[in-house]
Amino acid sequence: MKSNKQKRILAVASAGGHWVQLLRLRPAFEAFNVEYISTLDYDESELNGKLHIVTDANISEKMKAIIMFFQVFWVLIKARPNFIITTGALPGLATILLGKLFFIKTIWVDSIANSEQLSLSGKAAKYFATVRLTQWPGLSHTDGPAYWGNVL
Amino acid sequence: MQLPFDRLVMRVDEWAKNNSVNDIFAQIGDTSHVPENINYAPYLTPSEAEEMFQKSEVIVSHAGMGSVLNALKYKKPIIAMPRLASKGEHRNEHQLATAKWISDIDGITIAWDEDELLELLDSVDNLKSGSAISNYASPELIQNLRRFLLE
Repeated sequence: MKSNKQKRILAVASAGGHWVQLLRLRPAFEAFNVEYISTLDYDESELNGKLHIVTDANISEKMKAIIMFFQVFWVLIKARPNFIITTGALPGLATILLGKLFFIKTIWVDSIANSEQLSLSGKAAKYFATVRLTQWPGLSHTDGPAYWGNVL
Repeated sequence: MQLPFDRLVMRVDEWAKNNSVNDIFAQIGDTSHVPENINYAPYLTPSEAEEMFQKSEVIVSHAGMGSVLNALKYKKPIIAMPRLASKGEHRNEHQLATAKWISDIDGITIAWDEDELLELLDSVDNLKSGSAISNYASPELIQNLRRFLLE
């Protein structure tokens, strides 16, 4: 098997629950160089990878969202990842949207909080994500998100 | 960024006053109610928040996964009250859905409304923590992600 040491992952999550869920995926990144994007200044020493901070924005904060888009774009240029993985929310969606333009493989993991329907961002991720996952078997669908397990 | 959650902050503040409890700390966000009987900050840094979780005996929070997973990680009993979009506390009703399924997990007690919250606070000494959860996602999810990343 070829070494994945040089392959790079950009792992993205907004602060709070999204971030806690992202960190629970770390064993999957072991063979890679990982950089992170979040919206708060988390302790980099626990990450084993650089943390980039972008402006927090949701769908009702247009100006912040535009700023955040440019910040994410800049991180992508610098980090040049082979893969993007995100647990949401809008900054994660922005990253996989821009990632698609650069032909980067992207994974959307919808939050475990969305047990009855996908998040709004998770629905939009349909258009950008190489792989789109729900953490609820009942929400998986052959034409929709897949279920690969959950963060618990 | 979270919307205000006055119902939770006001009730805990009121309960602290009525019961002369003075060792409560709250991160209240943009909540407009200014607490008079509890210590608070609008926002904590991530490391301050981690420290608070570790120091606490009981967690009282919204039904958000960050607080819930941290409470489980540090084996702290948690009272979680779902934010309601119908009351302008969130953008949709997913916290109601979350509250339903996490109510089965040991160590988590749901306050479905403010009256239940006050009752639970009255019997707070009886709350028990669950067993600590693992640090990482299910082996199934990790393996599937690995397979995709390494192929």
